[in-house]
Amino acid sequence: MNFELSDEQTLLREAAAGTLSRFKTVAAAREALEGTAPPDLWPVACDAGWPGLLIDEEHGGAGLGGLDAMLVHVELGRVLASVPLLGHVAATAVLAAASGVDGDLLAALATGDKRAALVPARPPEDLEETWTVDGRRGRHRVGAAEVTGDRVSGGASWVIDAPGADVLVVAGVDGLAPVAMLLDAGAAGVSVEPTTRYDATRSLGHVSLDAAAGARLEVGGDALARAWYLAQALLAAEALGAVEESLKRSVEYAKERFTFGRAIGSYQAVKHGLVEVLRRQENLRSLLYYAGFAYDELPSELAIAASAARVGADEALDYGTREFVSVHGGIGATWEHDAPLYFRRAQLSRRLLGGAGDAAGRVAAELFAAGEAAAAGTAGAAA
Amino acid sequence: MDLNDTPEQAEYRTKVRSWLQAHRDEAPTVVGDRIEPEIVAARRAWQRRLAEAGLVGITWPAEYGGQGLGPLEQVITNQEIAAAGVPGIFDFIGVGMLGPTIIAHGSEEQKQRHLGPMLHADEVFCQLFSEPAAGSDLAGIQARAQLQDDGSWRVSGQKVWTTNAQFASFGLMMTRSNPDVPKHKGLTMFIVPMDAPGVTIRPLRQISGDAHFNEVFFDDVELPPGSEVGPVGNGWGVGLTTLMFERVAIGLGSESFGWRADRFAAALAADPGARSDAEVRRRLGHIAAQFLALRYTGYRALTALQRGQTPGPEGALGKITTVNAAIDAGELLVDALGPDALEQGEWAALISELPGIKSAGGTEEILRSMVGERVLGLPPEPRLDKGIPFSELRSKEVATA
Repeated sequence: MNFELSDEQTLLREAAAGTLSRFKTVAAAREALEGTAPPDLWPVACDAGWPGLLIDEEHGGAGLGGLDAMLVHVELGRVLASVPLLGHVAATAVLAAASGVDGDLLAALATGDKRAALVPARPPEDLEETWTVDGRRGRHRVGAAEVTGDRVSGGASWVIDAPGADVLVVAGVDGLAPVAMLLDAGAAGVSVEPTTRYDATRSLGHVSLDAAAGARLEVGGDALARAWYLAQALLAAEALGAVEESLKRSVEYAKERFTFGRAIGSYQAVKHGLVEVLRRQENLRSLLYYAGFAYDELPSELAIAASAARVGADEALDYGTREFVSVHGGIGATWEHDAPLYFRRAQLSRRLLGGAGDAAGRVAAELFAAGEAAAAGTAGAAA
Repeated sequence: MDLNDTPEQAEYRTKVRSWLQAHRDEAPTVVGDRIEPEIVAARRAWQRRLAEAGLVGITWPAEYGGQGLGPLEQVITNQEIAAAGVPGIFDFIGVGMLGPTIIAHGSEEQKQRHLGPMLHADEVFCQLFSEPAAGSDLAGIQARAQLQDDGSWRVSGQKVWTTNAQFASFGLMMTRSNPDVPKHKGLTMFIVPMDAPGVTIRPLRQISGDAHFNEVFFDDVELPPGSEVGPVGNGWGVGLTTLMFERVAIGLGSESFGWRADRFAAALAADPGARSDAEVRRRLGHIAAQFLALRYTGYRALTALQRGQTPGPEGALGKITTVNAAIDAGELLVDALGPDALEQGEWAALISELPGIKSAGGTEEILRSMVGERVLGLPPEPRLDKGIPFSELRSKEVATA
């Protein structure tokens, strides 16, 4: 039994934090909202080797695991870094699992010379038997892109890191069967409409595919499902970093701000709110480790683990960033303060990739399915 | 990360599993935590069987009848007992918390006298800490111990919320031995025979109508010399050891109550309408995430324990999560299944017990304050009792009121 990070994982996380500390990412997040494009940190990510985290060493990648990728995202989330890594890592997870992928492409993706994005789809479950993607509005979902021969039509809204990607890995369906398609983003019929909403550090795009030509990847639907859950876990990882920073800054302020002759952190009401952030943060950390462990070692539990991490992220992120604002009083709600930037990051992230409500439903679906499987197993054994 | 057993642990697990498989038919059938006399007798007999097989006191030193093993072996034992579908030990308070306290602070004579019978459930122990006016502020206890000229003690006062007092042969009792010093300094811990003249035990009924706790009255009870556990005046330090073992027990056994996501899901799945209701599923997902977080937080705590770290106050967060997630689960069950679920089914008793459990082992408010100060390093609430002799506190409180 060992359920803590290894020394290598701690080093990886610290190195990521060190790399990012050289940039004023939080100030850049504010300036981005004011119209100044955030500095391009992709070269920094490439120097650090992050694009190749999940690509094997043979192709120039680091050959690391899902938990390692999550740890890098914890650090990205902590400083609101605008790096289009999440979509890239999720896409490379599919490519790394596929057979017969062009080695030169993998090598270019590992170094970051080329950037990929995943157009993910939500796997079926007991109440919804088809693969679906986020629609333009609210909880509205539409069917995943349809594949006929080597052509793909359809699309998805609010796709993370799609703008600027060189290649797209699309989770589509041929009839009911899931198909992974590799598309050149510049191919005829591919359109990516960049979309910035509320948090200018989060690259989003609406992807439309109109009989776009691509290549079918030699990989099963399970790899597409894994990529969907990996993306969920990476979002949860970003949330952990953002919550840790929110709590750290809130605690510091609660110790130094005095009212009625006392530090505000000595008041029970303030203290208990901060402890609630800590409680949710530590629950999230455990769920994130569970998701990373499941991705790397226990694939049968990835769906429930990553979905639970996403739920934990929702609970921690919303509460933690609201506390960050409110512990700072009126100051925390001003444009000059950093808390609103974390709040914006939280409110947008919570709604992406099906939203946390969808993840909660998935946790329940997995529990019901496991219960039925266990009951069938018992019945089978009895028979 | 690795959740697998080492070869030694796997061997230990096999040993435990085969014993349980061979002897599970001897175990009593237990539904919930019923306390009818025949059930208690059967559970005590079962603890004795487990103890004879070396499955009780796993982490206790071998010289006191334990197995001298680590927390991991304790967890493996708990897991196998749960998997076998048999009850665990009856006196979890004694074996899990009070025995280890006696091992840490008791005299050699006390260890030799009490630990063996405790392990075998021949003598059950109860914890006599909380009082009607001292729960969260435990150091405010008033039960008075007075030293007699012959070295014996006389004890008077009242304890409350005492689990198993009606079955207990002995209690570990925190008393005030010196009221003229600040309140944390004048405390002394004792081992008290529950059948001593002057001890009165009364059941305390709760929301469910059952009496799982007791109140215990002490009317000039005489304790022989040598009844103290640890030095006179260091009752607080001894009590902290008990609370530390309580945290270990919580950290190791967050699932040992059987409050688990899959079991709540099964209760809901039995109703087809609830099973397919999107709102029910979302709420279940949020509750399940809490229970899963507890499981993996437990594994993190276990990893730390294994590396020799002492469990810290952050363990209290697990208790807060456990209780509130269970409350939410009860809410969801009643919302989904209707008022019948308040009185019928395996979760009905729990729904009524949870409001009280919220305050057990420290109210949620006091736990949050402790974590805020000791983990986050936030400044303490100003206190009006610092450095003031206990005997003067009451008059100050009255004056403030």
